[in-house]
Amino acid sequence: MTGERRERRAQLATPLGPFERMAEIRAVEEHIQLLFNEGHVRGSTHLSNGQEAVAVGVAAAARLTDVVTCTYRGHGQALALGLTAKEVIGEIVGRTVGCAGGLGGSMHLVGPDVGLWPTFAIVGAGLPVAVGAALASQVNRSGRAAIAVFGDGAANIGAFHESLNLAAIWQLPVVFVCENNLYGEYTRIQLSTPVSDLADRAAGYAIPGLVVDGQDVAAVTAAVSEALERARADGGPTLLEMKTYRYSGHSKSDPGSYRPAGELDQWLRRDPITIEAGRLIDGGTATAEQLAAVSSRIAAEVRRAAADALAAPQPAVAEMLIHVHG
Amino acid sequence: MADVITYREAVSEGIAREMRRDPSVVCLGEDIGAAGGVFKTTAGLFAEFGPDRIKDTPISEQAIVGMAMGAAMTGVRPVAEIMFSDFLACCWDYLANEIPKMRYMTGGQVKVPLVVRTANGGGLGFGAQHSQSVENWALAVPGLKVVAPATPADVIGLLAAAIRSDDPVLFFEHKGLFASKGETAPDGHLVPLGQAAVARAGSDVTIVALASTVPLALAAADELAEGGVAAEVVDLRCLVPLDMATVLASVGKTSRLLIVEENPYQGGWGGTVASVVADEGFELLDAPIRRVAAECVPLPFADVLEDQVIPTTAKVVAALRSLLAY
Ligand SMILES: Cc1ncc(C[n+]2csc(CCOP(=O)(O)OP(=O)(O)O)c2C)c(N)n1
Ligand SMILES: [Mg+2]
Repeated sequence: MTGERRERRAQLATPLGPFERMAEIRAVEEHIQLLFNEGHVRGSTHLSNGQEAVAVGVAAAARLTDVVTCTYRGHGQALALGLTAKEVIGEIVGRTVGCAGGLGGSMHLVGPDVGLWPTFAIVGAGLPVAVGAALASQVNRSGRAAIAVFGDGAANIGAFHESLNLAAIWQLPVVFVCENNLYGEYTRIQLSTPVSDLADRAAGYAIPGLVVDGQDVAAVTAAVSEALERARADGGPTLLEMKTYRYSGHSKSDPGSYRPAGELDQWLRRDPITIEAGRLIDGGTATAEQLAAVSSRIAAEVRRAAADALAAPQPAVAEMLIHVHG
Repeated sequence: MADVITYREAVSEGIAREMRRDPSVVCLGEDIGAAGGVFKTTAGLFAEFGPDRIKDTPISEQAIVGMAMGAAMTGVRPVAEIMFSDFLACCWDYLANEIPKMRYMTGGQVKVPLVVRTANGGGLGFGAQHSQSVENWALAVPGLKVVAPATPADVIGLLAAAIRSDDPVLFFEHKGLFASKGETAPDGHLVPLGQAAVARAGSDVTIVALASTVPLALAAADELAEGGVAAEVVDLRCLVPLDMATVLASVGKTSRLLIVEENPYQGGWGGTVASVVADEGFELLDAPIRRVAAECVPLPFADVLEDQVIPTTAKVVAALRSLLAY
């Protein structure tokens, strides 16, 4: 498991790597929607389509040993960090091949060997945890950095304030990555948040705060890399605000009808996969035909992974009791 | 004769012993550093271990416990202090949702070896928001271990076990016991979690007690001994794991059970003890199980009222007499 995950992580450093991974995330989530419609997914699930560049940029910038905490909208982050499509889909359909053996589910993906520690279903909960990992790094002088990925809605949770404040006074090696997708559930950000750039809040903690184009994987990678470098050089935390958008509703049951007409179309014109494809084609790295072939290969792989996940066994009932205490 | 120390001193002694043997133990909390804590339970630690391991935090309960979680997951053994147990409500997300579920939801991949220490309980006139006995809150959450020592030696021995445990432990220090004295513990003293102690042997009635109610039970037993009644006092020491074998063995001897608890009757831990005895030890009993618990009211301030609400020796004696007369 670990070997394959590491290999997948290393692929992000290849010229086509970020494009491929974003295409894979898109394909996996489209498949999850299908599985949902077919009744294979219980509960809820939160798609991140449209936000792939943030997940891939974070993973491309982070070291394998760095610690990432993430949200329930975390399928993309898990795949970006190196988990396989089968492990992610397997967890979402509650099978033994899932990354948590079916005990976690869609909102609780985990992979400590590649830095996913893990995804959190309580809004904002991952921020103090990332700060704690940064503290452990400072205590053990491990050179590890931590990254907390969270939504715009989480920026109004008390834990956000406590975390940024504490990380700032102790100059901890942590990067706060806010995925500002303009909505917290069905509420538009203007109704919940008085500032238009959440990055402005960094000033209140005397730390750097930057607005980043979250649809451009290269921009995300560069911004996160720079913040990580500063963190590792004892320069303390950074708040990065990724301007992005989720194409789907908040969760499976939400059609997103609260969004103004035309908004989705406008963001679809800034699709992260299309932007990266354009860069690869313009730079002469690949042709449109080659990229189309890559996308169809990935789609076939994802179909196979989903079939394998569905065919895998359900957890044994005994699993229910053995993980409560050590 | 062994040295005598206070319960309060035993806390810092217990922490210091573990910090000397394990450099990964780090303490976090408000005013725990040079000030030695508001209850002086960390006195001397800052002088011995310095600011890198005895960390004064801002007033940020979520960040203290959430950060302890992240640090515990990634190589540190944090001992976090929440000043008054009432304030656990401010970080309850971490204690109810995050910390106790992490090992489980990840199928055992992520461990959270931390201790949250807190000053619990009433009897000192601190009013309704600084006096509660909330050990039953913790009991309601599968995945936590719950410890509440009654003597200085147990403070040291249970702290050793709690800090070395790979599971999260909520460690309740009783405010009313801080000034109490007892024998100190020999070097290397360790009390395994989940082993009750028979604090006084007897054959006529069993009193099950915890933390502050242990001395009440012992005082009541002394009073009854004058009339020839031999009460056995079982000090549970831990609510999770709960040593029901010791309770059932005692009830097997005495056939009568009184439970004395400081948390409210409604939802108090005595209900769980009574339920197990009713289920597994029904035929051992010659009388109904009785409970002396706190009244189901917020704790009033005035001394005369506070005594009405929480257990007292007089209430325990009265309950014992009625039980023996049944
Ligand atoms: C503490 C808490 N409150 C409320 C919820 C319900 N909830 C789930 S997601 C969500 C919106 C969060 O929005 P945001 O932080 O912007 O993240 P996004 O879903 O947009 O990625 C809410 C309110 C929750 N899970 N946790
Ligand atoms: Mg949002």
